[in-house]
Amino acid sequence: MAEPRLTYDYVTRTIARTLGNPSRGYFLLLGAAVALLAVGIITLIYLLRYGLGLAGYSHPVYWAVFITCFVFWVGIAHSGTLISAILFLFRSGWRTAVYRTAEAMTVFAVMTAGLFPLIHIGRQWYFYWLIPYPNERGLWPNFKSPLIWDEFAIGTYFTVSTVFLIMGLIPDIAAIRDLATGWRKKLYTLTSLGWAGTNEQWRHYTRGYLYLAALATPLVLSVHSVVSWDFAMAIVPGWHATIFAPYFVAGAIYSGVAMVITLLVPIRKLFHLEDLVTGHHFENLAKLCLLTGSIVGYAYVCEYFIAWFSGNPSERAAFWYRAFGPYWWASWTMIICNAFLPLLLWIKKIRTNLTALFVISIFVNIGMWFERYVIIVVSLAGEPYEPWANAVYNPTWADWGIMAGSFGWFFMWFLLFVKNFPAVSITEVKEVLAPPRRAAARAHR
Amino acid sequence: MIPLPKPLHDIFRPPPTPGVLGVFGHLDGTLEAIQKLRAGGHTDFTVYSPIPRHEIEAALGQPVSPVRMFTLIGGIVGCAVGAWLTLWMSYDWPLVVGGKPIGSVPPYVVIMFEMTILFGALSTILGILFNAAFAARRLGTIQTDPRFTNDKFGVFVPAGSDKAGSVEALLRGAGAEEVRRG
Repeated sequence: MAEPRLTYDYVTRTIARTLGNPSRGYFLLLGAAVALLAVGIITLIYLLRYGLGLAGYSHPVYWAVFITCFVFWVGIAHSGTLISAILFLFRSGWRTAVYRTAEAMTVFAVMTAGLFPLIHIGRQWYFYWLIPYPNERGLWPNFKSPLIWDEFAIGTYFTVSTVFLIMGLIPDIAAIRDLATGWRKKLYTLTSLGWAGTNEQWRHYTRGYLYLAALATPLVLSVHSVVSWDFAMAIVPGWHATIFAPYFVAGAIYSGVAMVITLLVPIRKLFHLEDLVTGHHFENLAKLCLLTGSIVGYAYVCEYFIAWFSGNPSERAAFWYRAFGPYWWASWTMIICNAFLPLLLWIKKIRTNLTALFVISIFVNIGMWFERYVIIVVSLAGEPYEPWANAVYNPTWADWGIMAGSFGWFFMWFLLFVKNFPAVSITEVKEVLAPPRRAAARAHR
Repeated sequence: MIPLPKPLHDIFRPPPTPGVLGVFGHLDGTLEAIQKLRAGGHTDFTVYSPIPRHEIEAALGQPVSPVRMFTLIGGIVGCAVGAWLTLWMSYDWPLVVGGKPIGSVPPYVVIMFEMTILFGALSTILGILFNAAFAARRLGTIQTDPRFTNDKFGVFVPAGSDKAGSVEALLRGAGAEEVRRG
């Protein structure tokens, strides 16, 4: 692992360099993100003025693109915690170079996801009705509803992943602080919370970090399980399945790892991090994609098989509608992108080729978005209990506007983060290098 | 240094402790200094390192951080709050459905679980902050060096002018690149 030129000093300086003055390309990207966000905000103003009918909401499809996007973004968030917490507990050394990007992505993806239930409720100014607060009518939320579980799960997830990100950042900000000048010095002095790297600080920090990882690990598995129960607790065929929790968790990690690849390939190039984020890291990410993608593919097979094997006419009708009904194109996009395309990663030549990996990761993102669209919209549109009420739903400009806005919101935060805080962990990359020893120094001479 | 208002200044900027600071370029030199200092009866010295190393922890022989108690207590409190929140609120505003129990525990396990994690994580953070702050206050304002977050290790030994000479010699003997008195 340790090449002679990868010294502690080299790592600090290489990563600190990424925080220099931004280039014109950076501002162009940031401008594009803000422009997309503006599209979202304008669409939201229209939605507030004219109501959710603008988004094509109509019987029988009242959960559509907004909830699809919600599940999509929560899913994106999951791989960050997988890489930062679960692989930390497994002591995988390769995570150190990629985990910061993944963790930042987690926080911003949850921030994006959290917007969608608020947009979806239509009257955003009543969002606080979800919170159990004492009120004059003596009402409390219904804790038997999976939607309330979801609120608690997402709220906890956002809080814990944010403190986890900040925790990891503190020693790195201190390292940057000690090199910075001017206003940056002041910013990093304040945000490093007096970190000096003393043995007392490390003693409490490393223990605390371990426990945070141990708490975040069951949390990440619970969050997408709870999201899946938003559907599985209902009796709609296509939703009401016991396989949903593991199926959603695997799918979430799968889409998240794909997003990490999508983000890391350009970042590595733009910030010249080729020495720190190597092909080895991408190959491991690709293998993770292959593993979770295979679980997702297995879940697809299982769903269809059980629908047929159950002998339940409604289940069978729902899955027939899914594969051969008016939404056949969405279902097959999902199956091809998620179950078949990643099989290419079995070939070493493809999984070590960054361009191929980047393209596959984008197709996985598209496929995973369609997976949620198929589960949510198609199950409602072709609901077999009321075949006379089936109706095809089509997303409108308002759906696409809000979705574009969500991408703008996510990328805006992400771009601001990578330019102001280290996108690769300085401390943890050093941890996997051999420490400087006198014996080694003598041998080198 | 950013100026702080007086009460904060008193908490976060304790008075300076006189002593000797050694800057080390190598991990094994630092470990040797730690062993020699402990053999010489020094206890309250501080080791700086850019990354956590188990060798340093082992050489210092410190007890396990009390942060774990914060995590445990936070988690238990969170679980209890989750149980209280769901059960008390259910009976305070009963939703009677088809003769089913008003407070039914299985769905509430989800809330209890999430609250366990939330409280456990937040109290872990508080545990780290409190313990690190108390340690810093006990040690006083001590010398440091900006290179300790990059690639150098450091050992600071609190010592009055009578002992400073012998500590300096000890640090140099262990291979310190630089020794400063302050």
